[in-house]
Amino acid sequence: MLRYVIKRLIYMIPTLIGMSLIAFMIIQLPPGDYLTSLIASMQDSGQVFSQAQIDAMRETYGLDDPIYVQYFKWISGIVLHGDFGFSYEWNRPVSELIWDRMGATLSVSVASLLFVWAVSLPIGIYSAVRRHSVGDHFFTFLGFIGLAIPNFILALTLMYVAYKYMGLNVGGLYSPEMADAPWSLAKVGDLLAHLWIPVIVIGTAGTASLIRILRANLTDELSKPYVITARAKGLPEHKVLLKYPVRIALNPFVSSIGWVLPNLISGVTITAIVLNLPTAGPLLLRALVIQDMYLAGSFILLMGTLTLVGMLISDLLLALLDPRIRFN
Amino acid sequence: MQPILTENKAMNTTNQTYVHPGLPDEEPILTVQDLSIDFHLRTHILHAVRNVSFNLCRGRTLALVGESGSGKSVTARGLMRINDPAARVASGNIFLDVEGKRIELNALGPNSPQIRAIRGRRIGLIFQEPMSSLSPVHTIGSQIVEVLQLHRHMSLAAAKTETIELLRQVEIADPTNMADRYTFEFSGGMRQRAMIAMALACNPDILIADEPTTALDVTTQAEILDLIKRLQVSRGMAMLLITHDLGIVAEVADEVAVMRYGRVLELGPVDAIFHDARHPYTKELLGSTVRLESGEANADETQRSEKPVLSVSGLTKVFGSNSAWFKKGSYALKAVDSASLDLYPGENLGIVGESGSGKTTLGRLILRTVEPTEGQVIFRPGDGSETDVTKLAKSELRQFHRHVRLVFQDPFSSLNPRMTVKQIIGDPLFVSGVARGKEMESRVGELMEMVGLDPAAMERYPHAFSGGQRQRIGIARSLALDPKIIIADEATSALDVSIRAQILDLLLDIQKRLNLSFIFISHDISVVRYFCDRVAVMHRGKIVEIGSAEQICNAPREDYTKALISAVPNPDPRNKRMLHRTRLTA
Amino acid sequence: MTDTQNLNFEIETAPAISPLKSDGKVVSMAAAGQWTLIWHKFTRNKVAVFAGCVILLLYLIGAFVEFLAPGVPEKSKPQYTYAPPQQIEFFVPDGNGGSKFLMHVKGYKIEVDPVALRRSFVPDENKIIPIGWFVHGQPYKLWNLIPADLHLIGALDKKDTVYFLGSDRLGRDLMSRLIYGTRVSMSIGLIGVTISLTLGVVMGALSGFYGGWVDLLIQRIVEIISSMPTIPLWLGLAAAIPLTWSPLQVYFVITIIVSLLTWTALAREVRGRFFALRAEDFVTAARLDGSTERRIIFRHILPSLTSHILAVVTLALPVMIVAETSLSFLGIGLKPPVVSWGVLLQDAQSIRTVATAPWLLIWPASAVVIAVLSFNFLGDGLRDAADPYGE
Repeated sequence: MLRYVIKRLIYMIPTLIGMSLIAFMIIQLPPGDYLTSLIASMQDSGQVFSQAQIDAMRETYGLDDPIYVQYFKWISGIVLHGDFGFSYEWNRPVSELIWDRMGATLSVSVASLLFVWAVSLPIGIYSAVRRHSVGDHFFTFLGFIGLAIPNFILALTLMYVAYKYMGLNVGGLYSPEMADAPWSLAKVGDLLAHLWIPVIVIGTAGTASLIRILRANLTDELSKPYVITARAKGLPEHKVLLKYPVRIALNPFVSSIGWVLPNLISGVTITAIVLNLPTAGPLLLRALVIQDMYLAGSFILLMGTLTLVGMLISDLLLALLDPRIRFN
Repeated sequence: MQPILTENKAMNTTNQTYVHPGLPDEEPILTVQDLSIDFHLRTHILHAVRNVSFNLCRGRTLALVGESGSGKSVTARGLMRINDPAARVASGNIFLDVEGKRIELNALGPNSPQIRAIRGRRIGLIFQEPMSSLSPVHTIGSQIVEVLQLHRHMSLAAAKTETIELLRQVEIADPTNMADRYTFEFSGGMRQRAMIAMALACNPDILIADEPTTALDVTTQAEILDLIKRLQVSRGMAMLLITHDLGIVAEVADEVAVMRYGRVLELGPVDAIFHDARHPYTKELLGSTVRLESGEANADETQRSEKPVLSVSGLTKVFGSNSAWFKKGSYALKAVDSASLDLYPGENLGIVGESGSGKTTLGRLILRTVEPTEGQVIFRPGDGSETDVTKLAKSELRQFHRHVRLVFQDPFSSLNPRMTVKQIIGDPLFVSGVARGKEMESRVGELMEMVGLDPAAMERYPHAFSGGQRQRIGIARSLALDPKIIIADEATSALDVSIRAQILDLLLDIQKRLNLSFIFISHDISVVRYFCDRVAVMHRGKIVEIGSAEQICNAPREDYTKALISAVPNPDPRNKRMLHRTRLTA
Repeated sequence: MTDTQNLNFEIETAPAISPLKSDGKVVSMAAAGQWTLIWHKFTRNKVAVFAGCVILLLYLIGAFVEFLAPGVPEKSKPQYTYAPPQQIEFFVPDGNGGSKFLMHVKGYKIEVDPVALRRSFVPDENKIIPIGWFVHGQPYKLWNLIPADLHLIGALDKKDTVYFLGSDRLGRDLMSRLIYGTRVSMSIGLIGVTISLTLGVVMGALSGFYGGWVDLLIQRIVEIISSMPTIPLWLGLAAAIPLTWSPLQVYFVITIIVSLLTWTALAREVRGRFFALRAEDFVTAARLDGSTERRIIFRHILPSLTSHILAVVTLALPVMIVAETSLSFLGIGLKPPVVSWGVLLQDAQSIRTVATAPWLLIWPASAVVIAVLSFNFLGDGLRDAADPYGE
């Protein structure tokens, strides 16, 4: 098992490097470099630079170095010192800006993941066991709809419905009066009251696809001989189902983190922009629009890393659950 | 396929079961009367079981024998009411004797506590595929413990002790340890033993064994049948044995019911069925089996004057060696270990061995679809020239493949479903440029006639043909380029007994007409015995013995060959072979 | 019956079956090729067939937008800001107490909410705007080539404007804009999928042809890209498009960006199927028959692959459409004056606007959902039918 963990960790490294290259590429992509943007924004606020000053700054930022040296400086800054670069928009190091937002992203994603699992597990089992029943058709149809509605449209629709019929303004994660309050039971309650809309919005597509996967897997498993063995033992039907096929169909369920999580984080990004949540999404969009590239690149890198960690966790969970993987 | 309705009875024919005299007259433990089971499918109703009646008695074995689709498994599962929901009992009664009380099983609900108290407790079940019939994510022990807790209401500790005792009874070495292992850590035979332990955990009155040894090697099969039989006799159980193999029936059964298309055609004591069969189908079935078995094995005493058409020497294949990246995890498996053999013109050479013996790999090495690690394959097309196949470049290999052809095991996956029969059989003609257009069409027609297919069907697709017909198409394809040698890799294993005999006769006929040489790879010794002049026996990658079919089958010299040959069930209840077989002590 | 030595046994040659329907015809499929079988299996799935018709309809709309739209999308009438949808009515009073047939819509009058002091439009029962089929209205160039002014439906009087689906902030006709948006949104999916497929097949072919480290490298790239959350990455790439580029350039770059991240799924699917097929016995048989590697690929593997590729592509199309819509909605995809469903939804970004003019959300959102839903149903049906030999 330990060997498996180490192998998986080593396996992650090239992927991480690849992701950092993509993030760095995005940083480098907009025309002009970081300094041009910085000088432009400084000049907007009335500062004037001499050519000598500019050259000195180019020197310190290493902007005349070859591109691979620049990448190396950037990535080693992150890995060794936790230094993600500087946001000229906020005039603060990027590392001061991102962690709060990433924390919120992570919490909303995890909450959505739990929602996805909690809803899709019972429905998936029901649909597989009662195949072609009215309930199964109902959920299948609902699942198709859920898959077809893009997150932001669902968010807008829910906002509109809440506004029009309940008179609620459902943006944000906290009520305005709670946003800056210290943590308390009331604030947690307030958070939960706001969290349900983003969680439903983000989780719907994932729930729909997981139900389909679970239904398909479980249907396959239900026709396997070991189910007949269990039935031939004289076990009651619910025990036959839960202990054997469901238990085995759970494996893809656990490993679903691997692909559900990137989707969820994607979903959080756009939903957060619509619902104005204090997660990474709105800040990322803003950074991109005004080309505050170090901030944007860091978000993209961290979101990628987050999904990788999610995949690692799902692989390890799967190994714990399934002895066949553990022993190979 | 014309639908045959059950009401369609001609005046002077019968479709009722022919019952031989001499069935046991003791009180049966289980009675099946007039059982019919229908499957309600999307487009039609399949009458899978029709008016089946039989009795099971304590300490006796009834064999349900039949080919695929005969309804034998459906019948067995019907007794436990564990058929899938599409199956409905259309008529009939099943009575089970439980401690003197007669319980009507089909009056019980399919999930009722009463039927559950019978499953596993009164009737135990063993399946064909021990790998897939045990849960892959639970330990063997826990799956047995579960039954004990359920029916014998044992505490966990007591159940664990009992489990280990059960595993010991089914002769699993080191049962304490093995109870905590998973199925994939067991070998096929061990899994089946564990399955038996599970089925017998609650000391049932009836054991249903559904093709219990079909997935196993012949020596393992003998051990498992041995074990089942001993346990059955010592516990006085009734057994319902389901099998397609008449050899097993002869070795194990007391009574036999022959099934076809859902009906029991003939029912009687084992001796009557084998020596006084009445129904034409039973006779045909016996004919196919016994012919393979009792036919004079070829003696092959003739001295060979010609040079062999193919000489294999020191052929070796090592899998998974010298992986430079992870030194620790590197392993090397010698799939074929310096195999040497000669194949003479017009000769049928059999290669027999159990799974993993390397016989298939050897065939692929000769064709070089798998690259050999070491060794030589010398091919002599008969014009005096010699080529070393292992040294051929890719383009020259194509020439070699015109002379040496392969017939596959699986008649379904070996034919491209998207090509017509004409395209499939004509493909080698087309790519080699031998014949195209009209010429190709007439050649394909000839080939189809040669393998016993109607040339008019050449525009059809493979899906319109049955398994046996597809195998004929595959054979026609292999004959298209007038080959010298045909390598038949388990070419008859996927077919039912009666079809198998037809295909073998076809091959023999073709061989005589075209003077071909065959390398016939098979796990089935009776088939090899019927078909081959000489036989090579493979074991763990090595050829342990080569000799005439006569000598290998009747006077084997090596210990392994002796064990292998004597483990083959003999389809003659008056001459049981398996029980006093030679055992290999390795 | 034990003494019947000469009993005539009935010999059966097939399993016993009873057809469920009495008129159950046995269709001879013996000489039917794969596409016939696929079609047969596909048409059994009525939902998928219906979805296919919807998609066909959407593409037809996309092809003839200029004619189908009642007006042109950029025509604005500032006096009709956020005008609500107009109902088509068929009868007008004929002045004698009866009514006569006249297809028309009602004009607007302005009402002021006395409490909120907000202006809003309500239908004016007295203003009748007659409409008709095949009317001459605002001039356009069909496919940017043929000048014309014929519209399928519209106001009989050129000076009138009709708003079947309401108007937007600048008083532009939402229905015309929605129809024009169909062309852009649906075509982005088609072009994007073509690029994706090309990329996927080229990469997959490289992977399969060279094998070894090339395969390994491509597989790792696929893995990295598919484990990145797509929307942030899309955002990052789209944000780099210079503001000075022309709408057409932006359109193509957005298409490329959208397909850059979806080719991986296609490549993975194609590669997986390819390798599975290459291990099939019939491919080994073809090799032993003397077929060259090229012939094996084109004659034996590709025909089996195409139906699966078709299904995968159909399922990839809605992803593209949603991607374009999302990017445009966020303001970093397509930009006005280009009209796509995403651009239309951009107008519905604020909840206040949606509250005033819900049609700005409802119609474009429905268009997206219907398109995506239809593609999913169609793709599902195709996937199930792709291997007609499974049963």
